[in-house]
Amino acid sequence: MYVAVKGGEAAIASAHRLLAEARRGDPAVPEIGVDQIAGQLALLVDRVMTEGSLHDRDLAALALKQARGDLIEAVFLVRAYRTTLPRFGASEPLDTGAMRLARRVSATYKDLPGGQVLGPTFDYTHRLIDFALAAEGASEPAAQAEPAPDAARAPRVTDLLGQDGLIEASPPDEGAPVGDLTREPLDFPAERDLRLQALARGDEGFVLALAYSTQRGYGRTHPFVGEIRVGEVEVEFVPEELGFAVPLGRLAVTECQTVNQFHGSAAEAPRFTRGYGLAFGHSERKAMAMALVDRALRADELGEAGGAPAQDQEFVLAHCDALQATGFVEHLKLPHYVDFQAELELVRRMRAEHAEATQEAAE
Amino acid sequence: MTPRVRVPETGYNFAYLDEATKRMIRRALLKAVAIPGYQVPFAAREMPMPYGWGTGGVQVTAAILGRNDVLKVIDQGSDDTTNAVSIRAFFARTAGVAVTTRTRDATVIQTRHRIPEAPLAEGQVLVYQVPIPEPLRFLEPRETETRQLHALAEYGPMHVKLYEDIARHGHIATTYAYPVEVAGRYVMDPSPTPKFDNPKMDDCPALQLFGAGREKRIYAVPPYTRVRSLDFEDHPFRVQHFDRPCALCGAGDVYLDEVLTDDAGGRMFVCSDTDHCEARREAGHRGEGA
Repeated sequence: MYVAVKGGEAAIASAHRLLAEARRGDPAVPEIGVDQIAGQLALLVDRVMTEGSLHDRDLAALALKQARGDLIEAVFLVRAYRTTLPRFGASEPLDTGAMRLARRVSATYKDLPGGQVLGPTFDYTHRLIDFALAAEGASEPAAQAEPAPDAARAPRVTDLLGQDGLIEASPPDEGAPVGDLTREPLDFPAERDLRLQALARGDEGFVLALAYSTQRGYGRTHPFVGEIRVGEVEVEFVPEELGFAVPLGRLAVTECQTVNQFHGSAAEAPRFTRGYGLAFGHSERKAMAMALVDRALRADELGEAGGAPAQDQEFVLAHCDALQATGFVEHLKLPHYVDFQAELELVRRMRAEHAEATQEAAE
Repeated sequence: MTPRVRVPETGYNFAYLDEATKRMIRRALLKAVAIPGYQVPFAAREMPMPYGWGTGGVQVTAAILGRNDVLKVIDQGSDDTTNAVSIRAFFARTAGVAVTTRTRDATVIQTRHRIPEAPLAEGQVLVYQVPIPEPLRFLEPRETETRQLHALAEYGPMHVKLYEDIARHGHIATTYAYPVEVAGRYVMDPSPTPKFDNPKMDDCPALQLFGAGREKRIYAVPPYTRVRSLDFEDHPFRVQHFDRPCALCGAGDVYLDEVLTDDAGGRMFVCSDTDHCEARREAGHRGEGA
């Protein structure tokens, strides 16, 4: 039977109705609220905000609802919204040293000013399914909050190490405009600001796997987690007409700074180097993986032997974006009739020639 | 902490793993003991804690633990670091075995990154948590290659790496996970213990078992086995030395943690092995910060 070539319009409309029905699920079950997603699937929302490059919890939650929980689809919705937003400028650098801490752990010091603050973490839970959670309505006992750390007294580990010159200084703020790969096409070699932006937007799974590969010998960086801190920071902005910084509000971020080995050179004394990761909300895995890959991508700058995937910025930056990746992989399901027809013709011709040649050889 | 017995968690086998899995692990352990320093592949299971938290060590401990064992768990030398607390609680819950913080009272000691300061005795088992079991991994990332290098006892690349360290920096720049040669044959990763602990592995009366869960390898050093840290005649192996004793107990021959006390450069150095430090203080030793 000849399959209709026309009729696509009706098919698409039907598919969208089916999608809406599938998204809603069993109508006997109450519809999930955006506030429930934002409040109870908070880490997923954080990830959508991070990879979507837009800090808006409600919007990210709505995108997740619309996307039926498909993470990349939700990121897609947020990105497509973000791209329409006007841009007023860049904020002042965040002062994460003044963060209102919800969690802060250092793997390099047993104790340090500001202390170790575990906060809400899966780290030391035993992964045994809690079947009691299946029964709804049970109220959780209120958490016994840890003594609130004095934020002003929790300097960053890299700052503490920096006092002795044991770690490279943070690059000075030269007031240069910060790159934005959503406004300028990425050019190789890319500077660190753009690399960090690409990694922050990059797919968590991909960045994670790259980070893991450096731990298994493909571009080793000898990392220690100097510190992970999670909490709220103030965002400040200098409007041109005012000429001084005004606070815009607070946002929750996760910052990871790694302390990596560097043996020095003839010109420089041995010291530690840095890898940096920053993500919206509570996104520890992402921030850590980002810091490891950031450090791996500095191989050239630090004169390290390269060659591993995580050290190759063209490889990493060109492939870390989930939207680009999913777009190109999934586009394979679009019609390719004409290209395939051309290949088909060629293969048939070559097979005929091959058969002819074999027959001649046999004769 | 006094040893105490609790009722194990119901719904799970003794010490969490099923008996068939334990038998598989014990077979790997027996092979590992028979070929000291050789990495035996084993079918590591997914455990209820993440890879990297000590799933290899936990599986080894689960496979060897008996009802009469007394378990000690340390991380960075300390019994009260979060992960040590968590693993100890896991076995107290799933096996109901007695737990202790005292090195001498323990029959099984699971450790991450340290060997206790107090000498171990015959009959004790030290279980190491291992992240990367392959000592040649950072010279050759491919497993197919490193297996062959071990088979041929081709350890030239490792010696070249150590030599290059000396040529570049004047000394060997490996401070932890310092490679050792076991029983004159296999080069082995001692897990990321500071090299300070390497000499304790040599001729040790206790059985030393190593479990790497994510990498699915088990290896072992039987009691009284020669464990030699790789070095050169003109650059003999040396351990770290601290220029001050523990601020709490005054011990001078131990590994110390640096603790930052303020943001103005204040710091103190204290025993990494908290049980050793407490025992010394109970015996009346005092450091200058105590």
